[in-house]
Amino acid sequence: MARNPLLRTVSRHFLKPLTFWLLALPGLWLGWQWAMLLNGQAHGLGFNPIETTHRFLGDTAIRVLLISLAVTPVRDLTKWGPIMMVRRRIGLAAFWYALLHILAYLGLDLFIEAGTVTGALAGLWRDVTDRIYITLGMSAFVLLIPLAITSFNRMQRWLGARRWQGLHRIVYPLAILAVLHHGFMVKGFQLAPWIHGAILAALLAYRLVGIKARKTPHPSASKS
Amino acid sequence: MFIPKQRPWQSPEADVTPKGLYLNRRKIIASGGALALTGLSACEAQSDQDSAASMPTGSRPASGELAHRTTDYQVADPLTPYPAVTGYNNFYEFGIGKDDPARYASALTTDPWSIEVEGHAARTGRFALEDVVDFSNLEERIYRLRCVEAWSMVIPWIGVSLASVLASFEPTSDARYVQFVTDLDRDEMRGTRFPVLNWPYVEGLRMDEAMNELAFLAVGLYGEVLPNQNGAPIRLVVPWKYGYKSIKSIVKIRFVSEEPETSWNRSAPHEYGFYSNVNPNRAHPRWSQRSERVIGGNVFARRDTEMFNGYSEQVAHMYAGMDLIENH
Repeated sequence: MARNPLLRTVSRHFLKPLTFWLLALPGLWLGWQWAMLLNGQAHGLGFNPIETTHRFLGDTAIRVLLISLAVTPVRDLTKWGPIMMVRRRIGLAAFWYALLHILAYLGLDLFIEAGTVTGALAGLWRDVTDRIYITLGMSAFVLLIPLAITSFNRMQRWLGARRWQGLHRIVYPLAILAVLHHGFMVKGFQLAPWIHGAILAALLAYRLVGIKARKTPHPSASKS
Repeated sequence: MFIPKQRPWQSPEADVTPKGLYLNRRKIIASGGALALTGLSACEAQSDQDSAASMPTGSRPASGELAHRTTDYQVADPLTPYPAVTGYNNFYEFGIGKDDPARYASALTTDPWSIEVEGHAARTGRFALEDVVDFSNLEERIYRLRCVEAWSMVIPWIGVSLASVLASFEPTSDARYVQFVTDLDRDEMRGTRFPVLNWPYVEGLRMDEAMNELAFLAVGLYGEVLPNQNGAPIRLVVPWKYGYKSIKSIVKIRFVSEEPETSWNRSAPHEYGFYSNVNPNRAHPRWSQRSERVIGGNVFARRDTEMFNGYSEQVAHMYAGMDLIENH
């Protein structure tokens, strides 16, 4: 595929900026809608804009995370190597959306309810200890933090490729926690978390099958 | 408490044309047209207009205005705007999105509509809605609505007291509970093709709760026929309980002696109890019930949730001595 000159040009010059803007798009849309709302204009956030914001940021974080996990399988299937250049940036975008998700929850729910920062933090702790879906979601986010911190080139070099890769394998349990967070949040039997779960299961299965299929131990399959 | 600030873009309450006034204006314009055509005296045009306004006794309009009288059931807080009341709904039979009911509920046929009455009552069988509700004797009640999802509205309902309707079926002393069943039509209610809940939706009340003065059967809101997404043609309104108790599009009423099954209790018993009284002291296992988001006003507005949604005076006596955390 990379032999196609057009694709090569796209890969070399446009892939990174294109990915950046695609990943920024949901955030820009949300910011635009809030700007409209605060200006008293028609907006797309519905009658419960705070709830819409929570759902939107959470869904985006999970979906971007799933996309980041799909990069390697896509590379394997299409042999389009340059896509690997944007894997880290997609993973990092998942972190930013998760962070916005938590800041929105802290600011628009806990802070408004408590009225003070300490009250909001106390509320956060109460929720983390009392409510299973928040325990799960917060655990997923906490695990995402070291991955975000070590996403820079310098950190990658400092850790060394093997340790870095070992650390970043946390993304799999973390993704499971994130999907469970969604599943434990919804009321009744709803499809969306199951769709996210099925995609995640397929991506995990692909890795496991890949590990088994390799006769000789591959560096990425060695114990970490 | 959060005091919403009047934003520059929000028109003050006083600027909004009251509905009665603008409807009146339409009538005047219409009668003016009649005047020009027939050359009748203004006096005759006036009487013409009056007869058009008065509804034939007992008839059920398919849409538009419902003749009604106002009552003392008022709420200090402002009404939730009509677009929010009719555009932000939980009615899973039409989909789980809050805007799904407004989008898809028009598919529901609400005329003709009948209600089947079963169980411990003298008058049972199938009744046309017009024979269950006296449409010439409707009243307006403004009630708070508190959803279990921690948001709230203030809605002007049109309807009749539940007690008057239930009494007309002459329940016997064995009738200790009453169960309600929502319509189930897979063609018209697209949400029921997927088992979000075990359809049809069922709800219930203890008999004394059902006979409480606040329990209400609504056939309209904001002075007009109930929009389908709000539970047309007839729905329950029990303002001291979480919104899901106020079952929509009722097709069956059963007088029973045992506590009946209710849909959300069946789906998640530890989360949703039979009573489901609004109670800020009993957190939902997954979120706090201490306060609620006020829908339709300032986006950041919250208010503290009150015990029994502020209706303690009317309902608290029914639960005297009961552990309301245990019996949530």
